[in-house]
Order: sequence, then structure tokens, then C-alpha cells
Amino acid sequence: MKWWTQSEYGRTVVFVLLLMVGLWELADRMFGIRTFLLPPPSSVAVEIFNNPGFYGYQSLYTIYITAMGFALAIIFGVGLAIAIVSSKLLDRLLYTLLIASNSVPKVALAPIFVIWLGTGGEPKVAIAALIAVFPIVINTTLGLRAVDPDMVDLARSARAPNHHVMLKIRLPNALPSIFAGAKVGISFALIGAIVGEFVAGERGLGYVILTSQATFNSPRAFAAIILLSVIGTIMFFIDELCERWLLPWHVSQRSAKAAR
Amino acid sequence: MRSKRASSETVADGRSATSTPYVRVSAVSKSYDHGDNPALVLRDVTLNIAPGEFISIVGPSGCGKSTLLKCIAGLQPVTSGRIMVKDEHVLAPPDNMAIVFQRDVLLDWRTVLDNVLLMVEFKGLKRRDYEARATQLLTTYGLGDFLHRYPWELSGGMRQRAAICRALVVDPELLLMDEPFGALDAMTRDDLNVELERLWYATRKTLLFITHGIDEAVYLADRVVVMARNPGRIAEIIDIDIPRPRPLSVRQTPQFGKYTSEIRRLFASLGVVRSE
Repeated sequence: MKWWTQSEYGRTVVFVLLLMVGLWELADRMFGIRTFLLPPPSSVAVEIFNNPGFYGYQSLYTIYITAMGFALAIIFGVGLAIAIVSSKLLDRLLYTLLIASNSVPKVALAPIFVIWLGTGGEPKVAIAALIAVFPIVINTTLGLRAVDPDMVDLARSARAPNHHVMLKIRLPNALPSIFAGAKVGISFALIGAIVGEFVAGERGLGYVILTSQATFNSPRAFAAIILLSVIGTIMFFIDELCERWLLPWHVSQRSAKAAR
Repeated sequence: MRSKRASSETVADGRSATSTPYVRVSAVSKSYDHGDNPALVLRDVTLNIAPGEFISIVGPSGCGKSTLLKCIAGLQPVTSGRIMVKDEHVLAPPDNMAIVFQRDVLLDWRTVLDNVLLMVEFKGLKRRDYEARATQLLTTYGLGDFLHRYPWELSGGMRQRAAICRALVVDPELLLMDEPFGALDAMTRDDLNVELERLWYATRKTLLFITHGIDEAVYLADRVVVMARNPGRIAEIIDIDIPRPRPLSVRQTPQFGKYTSEIRRLFASLGVVRSE
């Protein structure tokens, strides 16, 4: 356990989590809270370990929906941002449209997607993508625009074609912003997936929560919620790992490299 | 000492009357449109630069010297008048030209060598054909051990040297430098001045160097163009007859002092600096 001895941060996280779980368990026992109101962590753990196949399958389904939605959001988000930055007309058209549609509560669109796309995986992926795309478009657009004008002049002075300016200057320059947007986007995609499963579904952790509520099976609902938070956290850190791997040059990564 | 006053009407010819000028700036005016009252940045600027000549432009901030450079580079349109580079009307950045900016604008995500080769990529040339030249240039400029380092691992002086190598890698005939050493400390600046003078002496590129340092301008140039502001215009063009190559010690000679004090007096008479 190398990280345990090396990472002060890691130790703190583990300590805080254990403390919270302990207090939760203690409160349940001391005040005799009924299980269907707030199940003690022990019963949630028992629930998960008794049905590993069931939870494994439901989790994988939700992860699949989230990942698909997120991937679509990245493709469309970065593509839209490039279109917005490349053309004044598209800028006025799309950016205004985006801002306007961003103020629509997208969860409210979930039932419409079910009408359009049926009750399979597609509407869930669509909702996840729709919610996740906004922070990605907006951050990417800002990143693509935030280029030193001298850098663009440098390219122009060498008579570089426009796509060079985009691919060799603007896009790499925007990567930190794209990752910032993606970090918000990945959490949003998970929310979208759950909303999709709430609205129409027979699989996934959202569906598990909904059905256990109907039967007052609180340990099962809590098991799903805890798995969701674990999934969300892992996805966030995967994003951060990718960032570290792709952007060794960025300011936020330099101190770590210099310390080595 | 030969010096002539260039009023807005007279044409300031290149030093050598025999060869045709490489850069010809003819009665150029430039204004920025701010609604009803357009701001005049350059008024009737006329300047010829001979091939292989080193011109310094010195002037206070706001005199339009950077704007003039950007117009010659074809990065900004002129409002009236015309600019010719190598007998071609400048409407877009001319070929065979490179710029060095005040800030090095190196790309953070590229190594020093890749930053230098960026120009090669921009021009649609093959990297392979220029790798040896880029490495050799960087080595000459003392960056041989830093080819595969990132810009943030370099000092300010090293970064600006890399930026100069980036401009030189495609071997431009015309080099435009916009206060390239303005952000450096005095010692690094002296080093880079000496290196630039040697570079120019060896390659005889046509060089336009913008600065607000009078000493730097005189040390480097064949002719110093003194600009005034409100509106931006050429106040005077001064020939610098100091033999080359010039060691840094020429700055201690009385001849050098005469040139710099003349320019300082000129600025004082223009109301740019207060005279004691």
C-alpha cells in the first residue's frame, strides 16, 4: 500500500469516509431509526454483497449509457465549438441558440425523447448527451477563443492555412478548457442517464432506485445510490488521469513534474 | 554625421540610391474607426528600406511604431498610401518575411525544436528537410541542450532566442522585430543585442527593429527612424555611421554618445521627455 504511506490526501479521504459511515451506523443503532427510513450502512453492504451479479449488471448498464452519452457530448460539443469559433454566422446562430436552449430544464425533455426514440437505450443516451454537451461546448468555445492574438498573427505572417490555426494553435490551447468542461460534463452525463432510467427503463441503477421505492426497499435504493456515487467519482478521476497524461505541459501539472 | 529632417512632404530615401528599396512605405496613413471620431494612428509615413539594411524605429509608446510594423507585415490594412515589399503591393503577409514579437509566443505544448519547426509546418514545407537546420540554429544560439525541453523550462532570454530561431528557420529575407527584447532584463538584453548585430552582419537580412530603447536602436541600426506621437509620424531619420562589426564597447565612445544625445534632444523638443 504505497499510496497509504505517501498520500496525505488519500489518508484524509479514507478517514473522513470511515468517520461518516461510522456515525451513520451509530445513529441508526442509537436512535432505532427504522430501516425503510434510513437503512444502516451495514444492511446496505449486506444487500450489495448478497447480490453481486445483480448490482454488477445494473451498474454496467448505467456506466454504458453514461459513457455513450458522454462520448457523444464530447464529439458534438467540441465540433459545435469549432463551428462557432470558425464562422461569425454560425457563432451568432448557434451560440445564441445554445444559450437559449441551455435555460430549458433539459430533464423536462426526457419524456419527449422517449416518444421520439422509444424505451430502449437510445433516449437515455440522448438525454445524457444533451445535458453533458452544454458545459463542454461553452468551455471549449471559451478555450478556442482565448488565444493570444500574437499567436494568430504569427501563423498569419507565415501564411498558414486556417485549419492550421485551428489544429495547431486553437485546439491544443483549448485542451485545458475542454477538460474542465468534460469534468462537469461527465457528472452531468451520469445525471442524464439516471433521469432516462427514471422516465422509461427496465434496467440500470436509476431503474433500481425507482422500483425499490415502490416496495419500500430502502437498503436496495441506498445500495444503488452508493454505487452511483462510486461510479461518478471513478469517472471523474479517469478524466483527470487523461488530463494529466495529455497535458503534461499545462501550468496546473508543472509543479508536480518539477517536484519529481 | 549626416542627418536630415524628414518632413511629411519630403521622401526619405534609402541609403543606397543605386539599389531599389526592398521595402517601400509611401505616404501611409492609418486610422482606427471609433464611430464618429476616427483615431489617426499614423500620418503620412514615408520610408524606404534598402535590401540588407538594418533600420531601427524608436519612439514613445502610442507613436504607432507597432502599427507600422503590422502594416508592413500585411497583418493590418493601411487607410491610405501604399506599402511595397520586393516590388509587390502588400495586401497580405508577404513571402520571405518573418516576425519576432515582444512576447516569444512559444506554444506551451511543443518542445523547443517543435516550436521552431512550427514555421516550417505553417509554410507547408517538410519538417524532415529543416530538422538539421533548426537543430543547428538552436545550437548556435546556445539552446543545443534544450531541443526537447518545453518552453516553461527555459529562462526569458532563452525563450526569446528560441523565438528568433523560429523566425530564422525558413531563412526569411525580411525580418521584422517588434520590441523583441523589451521584456528582458538589461544584461540578457545586451547579450541578445550583440548576437543580433552578429547575425545581421553575417546574413545581411533586411531588418526592421522596433524599440523604445535609444541605446539599443543606435547600437544596432544603419539608420534610426525617430517617431513622434499624436498623430504617429516620422520626426527624423538619422544615419548611424559607426563601423561594423560593433562590439558592445562602442556604446562608450563619444560618437555613440553624440547619436543618443541627439535623439534624446529630439524627443525633448517633441515634448516626449522633459529636458533637464
